[in-house]
Amino acid sequence: MGIDQTLLPATKDETGIITTRLDEIVRWGRKNSLWPLPFGTACCAIEFMGAVSSKFDISRFGAELVRFSPRQADLVLVAGTINYKLAPVLKRIYDQMADPKYVISMGACACSGGFYDNYATVQGIDQIVPVDVFIPGCPPRPEAILHAIMKLQERIDTEPVTSRGRPRRHEVVEKFKDN
Amino acid sequence: MTRNDTERHDALVLETRSRFGDKLLSVDRSYGDCALIVDLGVVHDVLAFLKNARRFDLLMDITGIDCTNLPAHRERFELSYNLYSVPDDLRVRVETAVPELEMNVPTAIDLWKSANWAEREAFEMFGFNFVGHPCLKRLLTHHEFNGFPLRKDYPLMAGQWCSVTSDLSDELNEPR
Repeated sequence: MGIDQTLLPATKDETGIITTRLDEIVRWGRKNSLWPLPFGTACCAIEFMGAVSSKFDISRFGAELVRFSPRQADLVLVAGTINYKLAPVLKRIYDQMADPKYVISMGACACSGGFYDNYATVQGIDQIVPVDVFIPGCPPRPEAILHAIMKLQERIDTEPVTSRGRPRRHEVVEKFKDN
Repeated sequence: MTRNDTERHDALVLETRSRFGDKLLSVDRSYGDCALIVDLGVVHDVLAFLKNARRFDLLMDITGIDCTNLPAHRERFELSYNLYSVPDDLRVRVETAVPELEMNVPTAIDLWKSANWAEREAFEMFGFNFVGHPCLKRLLTHHEFNGFPLRKDYPLMAGQWCSVTSDLSDELNEPR
């Protein structure tokens, strides 16, 4: 892995020592080692398998180390329909992740409920957890997942490294608000 | 559907009528299906007869119907048992009308163990009270859920937020 644009302004003198800013090196580390937790509940999770596998190979973006424990992940990828019974589970898993943590909402169901507009289905997971990137599609193709990872990397590149919570784009329902 | 389904259904209807008389209210035969519409008072007897004497050894499903706004119905709710006989490769449906104010129905767990979860689903979706059921509580919806979502007077898109996670530990620990 070479020194990419994000490490600028990095300078290398005749001693071979690279100097840069702490912010830059932390961001560089964060964005190139996103460990995803696949919260897969429906067909979107199958597309995520495609994105992880060799044909599309999400490891080209440093996000191939799939974790099934929230303690070891910093990106939760919600792929599939989330119903009201599952909402507290998603919230708890998000709470168990250590900062900094990111959320990708994958597919029509996770983003908006999809075509399930009924008593059982949550109409968008942004009512439960703050979402960084939404992926449209039913299901989205693996390229869309890669695009979302790149968008998230751009976002990590621009936000302050000390920021713990991003401003919520939508109002979270009362039950899932942090104290 | 095998060729002689119609004849076997004919024989089944005749035998049921000879046993239960007027309590077999009507028979619905359409598209090769056979539905026995029976009085609520004998529904358990009819099911036991079909299971024990006519070898309907598989309870496929129990579903409710909310008849509100339907053109012709006796009571607000109907209950439908879908049965299948593995040895005879034959299907039959047993239907009964259930009044809204008195939704007590005898449980069928003594006949088929699969009635346990099927009845719990019919209970949570419509509010049928299965008398004799060992654990009549919600199965698919959250235990904090209020109301019966498949009733026609339940608001179609009214979701309910739940505050705690729920698991199936009761179900895993229940005696078999």
